[in-house]
Amino acid sequence: MNSVVCIAQVPDTESRIKIAADGRRIDETGIKFIVSPYDEFALEEAIRLKEKQTGDVTVVAFGPDRVQQALRECLARGATKALHIKGDAGDADALGIAKVLAAAIKTLPHDVVFFGKQGVGTDNSLVGPMVAELLDYAQVNVVTHVEFGEGKVTAHREIEGAEETIECPLPAVITAQKGLNEPRYASLKGIMAAKKITIDSKTVADLGLQDADIFNQRVTVISLELPPEKSGGRKIDGADAAAAAREIVKYIREEAKAL
Amino acid sequence: MAGVLVFVETKDGKIKKVSREALSIGRKLAEAAGGDLIGFASDRAVAEDAGRCGAKKLYVAANIGPYLPETYAAAMKQVVGDAQPSIVLLGGSSNGRDLAPRLAAKLDAGVASDVDRLEWTGGKLRARRPVYSGKAFATVEVSSAPAMATTRPNAFPAEEAGSGAAEVMEIIIEAQSKAKLLDTKVPEAGELSIAEADIIVSGGRGLKEAANFSLIRDLAHALGGAVGASRATVDAGWIDHQHQVGQTGRVVSPNLYIAAGVSGAIQHLAGMSSSKHIVAINKDPEAPIFRVADLGVVGDLFQIVPALTEEVKRAKAH
Ligand SMILES: Cc1cc2nc3c(=O)[nH]c(=O)nc-3n(C[C@H](O)[C@H](O)[C@H](O)COP(=O)(O)OP(=O)(O)OC[C@H]3O[C@@H](n4cnc5c(N)ncnc54)[C@H](O)[C@@H]3O)c2cc1C
Ligand SMILES: Nc1ncnc2c1ncn2[C@@H]1O[C@H](COP(=O)(O)O)[C@@H](O)[C@H]1O
Repeated sequence: MNSVVCIAQVPDTESRIKIAADGRRIDETGIKFIVSPYDEFALEEAIRLKEKQTGDVTVVAFGPDRVQQALRECLARGATKALHIKGDAGDADALGIAKVLAAAIKTLPHDVVFFGKQGVGTDNSLVGPMVAELLDYAQVNVVTHVEFGEGKVTAHREIEGAEETIECPLPAVITAQKGLNEPRYASLKGIMAAKKITIDSKTVADLGLQDADIFNQRVTVISLELPPEKSGGRKIDGADAAAAAREIVKYIREEAKAL
Repeated sequence: MAGVLVFVETKDGKIKKVSREALSIGRKLAEAAGGDLIGFASDRAVAEDAGRCGAKKLYVAANIGPYLPETYAAAMKQVVGDAQPSIVLLGGSSNGRDLAPRLAAKLDAGVASDVDRLEWTGGKLRARRPVYSGKAFATVEVSSAPAMATTRPNAFPAEEAGSGAAEVMEIIIEAQSKAKLLDTKVPEAGELSIAEADIIVSGGRGLKEAANFSLIRDLAHALGGAVGASRATVDAGWIDHQHQVGQTGRVVSPNLYIAAGVSGAIQHLAGMSSSKHIVAINKDPEAPIFRVADLGVVGDLFQIVPALTEEVKRAKAH
């Protein structure tokens, strides 16, 4: 079984966000970039599959040169191949990114394609199912459990207050939710082994795509703003629990109007 | 191209709240963009209700079966072909967010996801959406035809405005789904999901142990709200991760969010700071949760939460 895992490189979740001078992007100076947390679950599942059934795990990232760092990290954890598609993904909308990834995936051996359920930061939750449609594959989104059978996969999908069990033929697209597994750290041996693997690289044009269909299309960011600083509200002393409880109920009733 | 198409999700013959919200903002957009508000649903029983929400027409695919992305995307595409809307909206439920990208790829359309503001200006759809887990807001323009968006639950008021049932347009779907739904399990019977709840009461590591989540559950029940949790408590196995609020849990914006024994780590704040009213109970006056709280109570949750539950019950009895 071969899998492809699509990796978004994103600012560390601890990052303080500053707006760049153009007012449309974040200022990347001083930002530490990481593999998007949900993509770690996706990668871990692919590595486990490889360990059980052999095959390749190819990690793919579309972005500027810094994304090679993220790919390197995935190789250290156990991915066997990596493809970097060069380009300013920040100027592409989700469908643009999906078109690039779908074209790349077609060139790679795969029985299943894993994504994170959401790229932390852009918070779109769009790319995985878009790729599924472009490749005409079934999709199971927000997955907390998978089992692979002969030519098929059965997955648990998390929905509001319930869980669905969905079966689909391979190849299929799976987007990973927290809870799917416990991602491993890279071992020293893995880090050494990863150094020997060359990261393949391609351009958007190499994939037979036109820049004009990928960049500054369909959805464009007009502006990026920080939320108004919340001043912090009233603070009261809760030493007298009954008095505090009355105060809270008054607030819930009069301001939140929820009682 | 004119008008607004809304994916109308139903449950037990009623329109779901997220879809009501999408219909409500959809009606306003239709006024601005010209054309009618129309819906697509799998159940014709909601035609009257859809009319009350302002829909003129309701496309219904009676043979479509339970939600699966491939068949529903095929159906929505068929409706788009027939009605030629300039805007397509989906409520940001699990299914709405599963379907929107699949449909967008079929239509070669742009999508703004999880938006909390929408307007039609200069012949284009403009949306505001929280990014970096609410640490910033992006204003985006969707220039494709149609322009698509998924609406953040609770961000738009659900106002009824129309009168008379929507006209039902039957469609037949030929597309088959490769994916099959084998089973739907409701793990904790009857528990309200945090995704759409108006009131959420969350517990953190300050609860000390799993059993003490009962304090949070009792308060949530008394208020008619859902139970939320910090990641620390989920990782400790005190509660299922469906309840986790935050960057790697659910991003929620209920009317009322009460946090007890939650420190307010940046990843937690990312998931709840857009709540409309926030109450925090923490014994540490310096806890970062107080920075976003409208009402902060410095004290022992083991004293305050049970007292609050009693006080809420008393208030409800009056
Ligand atoms: C990549 C990443 C993603 C993450 N995603 C999330 C996420 O989605 N959601 C999330 O919540 N966290 C997330 N975290 C974890 C986050 O950083 C914090 O570790 C976590 O939120 C802390 O949970 P807590 O507030 O329950 O625990 P703590 O930080 O330990 O806080 C416990 C609080 O309880 C108070 N307390 C103790 N006893 C009492 C008492 N008797 N009465 C009143 N107050 C009391 C203490 O003063 C303290 O403030 C993430 C972290 C990372 C690195
Ligand atoms: N530039 C990218 N390169 C590779 N994979 C990506 C990229 N952007 C998004 N993805 C994948 O798509 C998922 C969903 O991203 P998003 O739709 O942006 O929330 C991520 O978790 C990744 O698996």
